[in-house]
Amino acid sequence: MNNDKFLILFNVLILLIMPFITLGVIKKTKAFWSGRKGVSILQPLYDTIKLFKKDKTISSTTSWIFNFAPAVIYTTTLFAGLFTPMIKCHSIIDVAGAFIIFSYILGLGKFFALIAAMDTGSSFEGMGASREASFTTIVEPAFFIILASLTALSGNYTFAALTDLISSNGTFGILIIIMAVVSLFIMLLVECSRVPVDDPTTHLELTMIHEVMILDNSGADLALITWANGIKMVILMALISNIIIPLNLDFNLSLILFILMFPILGIIVGTIESGIARLRMSHVFEFVFVMSSFALVVASLAAVKMYGI
Amino acid sequence: MNYYTMKNNERINLLDIPTIDFNALTAQLAASNLRPVSFFGSDWGENIKLYVILADDENKKLLVTSSLINKNIKEYDSITKENHQYHMFEREFYEQFGIKPLGHPWLKPVRKNQDNYEFFEMQGDETHQVAVGPIHAGVIEPGHFRFMCQGEKIYNLEIMLGYQHRGVEDLMLKKHSNQLAESICGDSVIAYNMAYSQIMEELSGTQITPKAKLIRRIALEMERIAIHIGDLGAILGDIAYLMGKEVYGVTRTLVINTMLEISGSRFGRGLITTGGVNFDIDDNLSKKIVDILNNVKNTVEKMTHAALKSSTVMSRLEKTGTVSLETATELNLVGMIGRSCGINLDSRFDFLDDFYKDLKRKPFKATNDAYSRFKIRYKEIIESISFVKKFLKVLEKHKQENLCVSTKDLIPNSFAISIVEGWRGEIVHVATTDETGKLSRYKIKDPSFNNWYGLSMAVRNNGISDFPLCNKGFDLSYCGFDL
Repeated sequence: MNNDKFLILFNVLILLIMPFITLGVIKKTKAFWSGRKGVSILQPLYDTIKLFKKDKTISSTTSWIFNFAPAVIYTTTLFAGLFTPMIKCHSIIDVAGAFIIFSYILGLGKFFALIAAMDTGSSFEGMGASREASFTTIVEPAFFIILASLTALSGNYTFAALTDLISSNGTFGILIIIMAVVSLFIMLLVECSRVPVDDPTTHLELTMIHEVMILDNSGADLALITWANGIKMVILMALISNIIIPLNLDFNLSLILFILMFPILGIIVGTIESGIARLRMSHVFEFVFVMSSFALVVASLAAVKMYGI
Repeated sequence: MNYYTMKNNERINLLDIPTIDFNALTAQLAASNLRPVSFFGSDWGENIKLYVILADDENKKLLVTSSLINKNIKEYDSITKENHQYHMFEREFYEQFGIKPLGHPWLKPVRKNQDNYEFFEMQGDETHQVAVGPIHAGVIEPGHFRFMCQGEKIYNLEIMLGYQHRGVEDLMLKKHSNQLAESICGDSVIAYNMAYSQIMEELSGTQITPKAKLIRRIALEMERIAIHIGDLGAILGDIAYLMGKEVYGVTRTLVINTMLEISGSRFGRGLITTGGVNFDIDDNLSKKIVDILNNVKNTVEKMTHAALKSSTVMSRLEKTGTVSLETATELNLVGMIGRSCGINLDSRFDFLDDFYKDLKRKPFKATNDAYSRFKIRYKEIIESISFVKKFLKVLEKHKQENLCVSTKDLIPNSFAISIVEGWRGEIVHVATTDETGKLSRYKIKDPSFNNWYGLSMAVRNNGISDFPLCNKGFDLSYCGFDL
């Protein structure tokens, strides 16, 4: 029972605190590659605290949707986080078919982000929303296919199966792991607006995807949205970690490994961001389609495993 | 045709310039294939005097002619109808003197009356307008960009400038100074100050020492190196290639800090004065400059090779924002942008300059796209570094000379042109004096005046998200245009 309480507390803490640390690690990595000292790893946390202290400025052309959306985005992301398997595949809520609720709750948050951006009436934000929606239409089905295939392998459609891929599936498991990790990593780059899909540090509205949708948000609203995006990143990273880390490890070892996975993935993201240029907008689709094809491979492998050839 | 032939940096008597009938002049210009360098009016008692300066680039000559226009004349047959190179010049002339060019296809405000600006508009279900500016996200100057798009594709971009009403040309007449000339366009301090100083020296008949001329040219090339390196970094920053952005940023600092050592200002403010220069370059400094430039050259070469090897960088640069040679010629694009489109103009070499005439340039293979604009900068950085080194060598022979000579009063009824190839392209200053020896007209043309329209053409049929990349490649001046 105590162990359960600890795990719940641990999950919640990871969801709330880890976004800032991971973002900080990415920033630090980028600073390292460009020969700078860089800001403190906790800078994203300080920025968020600062934003909460600031006043909101709300455009007079917006309606209630714009005011309402940040709360919805934050709540839905956090709620999806409760379904996310953390250490040893333990999630706070895990029921059969949880991945369906999980995906659609994230989808609801995305929907509000899009209509809130449209609500401002700004041509930039409309453009950003249109881009975000186009990428989502490719990313979402692929994500759905991966989660469905992986949880189907467990036999009862729960997240608990994610970590057991190698021991229960052998060589097949390794293949599935590689495919699924690459696919989810591409999703991470798309959803969290990282290079080569989006440039999180640019000031050029015309090239932005995610950033441009929140141009009109300020103060606590902006803090909630950036926090929610960090949580989304942590959720995706947790999924990747669970697929990679075997279930049969010692608890303490997997605890350390699990926590270390966030900075490691952050360093990988930061290094990619430092080494390559951003893709041309029309080429981003090709990049995102890689995720879809990998997802289909995962589905085929899972089908072969479950039903034989 | 009746023209007075003159050289760059030469004073002529104002009365030597032939005056021809206005309608005959416009008809001739419409049919002429000489490149217009300047086209401006000046008050002339009851009349308006129109000066036209054409460049005969093949024969390295400048041709000047003029026409007297009665103030009652309110319209004339547009030259632009036939010859698009006059497009901006006629718009400017109309705005300043109110003589309407009939049949001008794009007669819109240049620097005034922005409230009456009629934008080109597209109608359709999937078309949308994107308005950017005049206040931008970065720390840049004001300018309004109106995109007509279908989805992500740009059909037309219209650029409306003229937010800064500084009245530079009028200020020049009231109280001209080196400080004012330096402040016209803050990223071309040396080039503008050099053009102004040269024109003042010509108008007063002052001969400056070769030493001062050399130091000016060293500073001019240093300015080119610094800004070009900064631009390379900015281009790569726009496509989120972090390493390039940072490395070029650091390297640019080395160059402008060297300018600081020469003149006490990182942008060379206060270095050039009418009659010469204010600061000397001694042997120690000269050695230091050579060392730093060797270091800079090494870094820039390595970084450029690394960047151009990256497939993601090349995929962004190649075939983005292409301006064909035909379009570029039609629009009269000048300077570095013109060269990136295959127009081989460079006023350092086109108008005989004693110090440049023996210097070697490699031919540039223009590909007309963002890659071409990246590559031309790299080529010019490397060339300018070798120029500076050669100038420093020549400077040793002129050690004993004076830095600065005293200037005389301006000679009455004079006309002088000074064209300086700044990093952006040819900066044209033209000045006339009246019978009392006071400046009566001071006309400035920045390369941006020609090239802004090239940017509109470059982004056509490109993705709207590629606009910032094209814009950085052109890197045009708002204040050089807004005057």
